[in-house]
Amino acid sequence: MDPETQSMKLTFNIHGGDFTHAGQPSSEVKKVLKQLGIDGKTIKGIVIALYEAEVNVVAHAWKGTVEVEIDESKITIIVRDEGPGIPDIELAMQAGYSTASKKVREMGFGAGMGLPNMKKNTDELIIESEVDKGTTVKMINYFL
Amino acid sequence: MKLREIAAVLNATISCGAERIDDEVEMGYSSDLMSDVLTLDTDNLVLITGLVNLQAIRTAEMADIRAIVLVRNKKATDQMLELACENGMCILESPYSLFKSSGLLFQAGLKPIY
Repeated sequence: MDPETQSMKLTFNIHGGDFTHAGQPSSEVKKVLKQLGIDGKTIKGIVIALYEAEVNVVAHAWKGTVEVEIDESKITIIVRDEGPGIPDIELAMQAGYSTASKKVREMGFGAGMGLPNMKKNTDELIIESEVDKGTTVKMINYFL
Repeated sequence: MKLREIAAVLNATISCGAERIDDEVEMGYSSDLMSDVLTLDTDNLVLITGLVNLQAIRTAEMADIRAIVLVRNKKATDQMLELACENGMCILESPYSLFKSSGLLFQAGLKPIY
């Protein structure tokens, strides 16, 4: 906790294709939010959105980072990846649209529900993407 | 329905979280697709799945699901059990299919989410 700004920052790395460790950042964030006494329903929305974002990086990108900033009123999460990017974000936001590989589907994902579910579980969601460079997802959730 | 009753109905063994066997769950959800599990708003439920990998446990962790039934005679890996125990989950392993398990639990009074 930074005494000046009353905020807490956490950073994690994600490796493309590494399904074993997908979810570790979400798990850590969940523990921190619990310790801060944030309401359970709010925590669930935040960690589900982050977990979906993590799975997206593991499933589609080469590598990525998760930057989390928690202050008194909100949590801001930025998931940045180096990867193929999303050519048509509007299309990717449609429920059921997916470009996931067979391997990703075998892991129980790739149903085209990730981005719509992130939208549902966040107060603000901003997706920026450049083809063959990568994607940045910014998610903000306000505490009750 | 108590987890103990679920285990009896499904002829299941408890591979983790035996201390939670008297916990009550009201609803069940059967899916091998974690994407769908993550869209649920309910949390006091038992997940019935044939997906045996770490992501099934991670999904349950994020979705606040405290009990998982692994069907089709699948066995949880050590890594899965470690993560499940760490999160205070109960893992049951049943020899029955997903269809049979779901049918028996529905018949025994476990409610569907939708």
